[in-house]
Amino acid sequence: MAPVKVFGPAMSAHAARILVCLEEVGAEYEVVNVDMQAKEHKSPEHLARNPFGQIPAFQDGDIVLFESRAIAKYVLRKYSKSAGVDLLREGDLKEAAMVDVWTEVEAHTYNPALSPVVYECLIYPAMRGVPTNQKVVEESLEKLKKVLDVYEARLSKHDYLAGDFLSFADLNHFPYTHYFMGTPHASLFDAYPHVKAWWERLAARPSVKKLSAGMPLKF
Amino acid sequence: MAMKVYGPAASTNVARVLVCLEEVGLDYELVPVDMTKGEHKSPAHVSRNPFGQVPAFQDGDLILSESRAISKYILRKGGGSHLLREGNLSEAAMVDVWLEVESGQFDSAMSPIVFQCFVVPMFMGGTTDMKVVEENLEKLKKSLEVYEARLSRFKYLAGDFVSLADISHFPMAHYLLVGPHASVIDAYPHVKAWIADIMSRPSVKKVTELMEAAIRMN
Repeated sequence: MAPVKVFGPAMSAHAARILVCLEEVGAEYEVVNVDMQAKEHKSPEHLARNPFGQIPAFQDGDIVLFESRAIAKYVLRKYSKSAGVDLLREGDLKEAAMVDVWTEVEAHTYNPALSPVVYECLIYPAMRGVPTNQKVVEESLEKLKKVLDVYEARLSKHDYLAGDFLSFADLNHFPYTHYFMGTPHASLFDAYPHVKAWWERLAARPSVKKLSAGMPLKF
Repeated sequence: MAMKVYGPAASTNVARVLVCLEEVGLDYELVPVDMTKGEHKSPAHVSRNPFGQVPAFQDGDLILSESRAISKYILRKGGGSHLLREGNLSEAAMVDVWLEVESGQFDSAMSPIVFQCFVVPMFMGGTTDMKVVEENLEKLKKSLEVYEARLSRFKYLAGDFVSLADISHFPMAHYLLVGPHASVIDAYPHVKAWIADIMSRPSVKKVTELMEAAIRMN
């Protein structure tokens, strides 16, 4: 069976979302770089895989997908049984719902509050040579604190977001949180002891450690 | 005990959940949440949706937030799994792909347009910011080009079968159709036909009526 292919730079947070799932299920995969500086993501070849001209894209034989969360779920559904993992909990109505809830929360609430800090402090200065917009950073940090209040309450009751089991919902938080820890505002998490402990549990996972090594915090 | 949905019917995220309940024919109770009075930030509501948003949902002792998560739970439980295709790897993946697109592309462009064209003048006594509307209409058009290409090849977004990915578009599509910028879809004939098809579903018609009634009451 040919390894599946993930198209996009390995250090991309959205690609990492897929890669961590591939690592958790022990699937063979290949990362095919897409040169964003050279606008390769807008090439006809890439548009055939991702019609919105974004990264990542994915291929497994005849199946071509885009949207990192959809791709990651495909990977988990395909390989989970043989790998002996259950990160989606689709066999249990309530557990699956909780995984879905916190996956949506990461997408709609956590990431929009946290990722602007990553973009302003790390990505834009390195990629565009622009200075950090402190106003955006301050506003985002205020939003993030409110979000972390909710996470702290949740993680005081359960070891992981969907319940007392690691799930896809937790793993979705890894890539951008990893980069956040490389900004000057990493210590924000110190005020949320259960959140910090949960993050450290995630960061200690072999899959996360392995990928983190390829996601340097200096751009 | 019937399932409970907490939130105003006029909210697109609430409507998304209601249409799934209508699709599977499960009994439910719609419990109003008066957002003009800040009820969504009340301790009672926040105990159900910790981010103080709508909808919230209750089925027995299970309490959920996030409309797309709630929708999937309802479809799985109520015999609507054909709208998710979770038994088929590639079909389920396509449903997921286009649900992500609905959220990341369609909803993200439509939401500021609907906010400016409906919420600001009707609920906040303000004036529409046309710059925001124009910027987001441009984003919407770029997305619709991709939708047009897709729907030229397949009857529905995930393939030749209707799914939650299609139905999830209906609340924002409704506001597009009844708002001042409905003509934007005229340039995308397959998109226009697909929207008409979705809007003709009995479940969608029923919830559209609920949305309209809720707006008329304001």
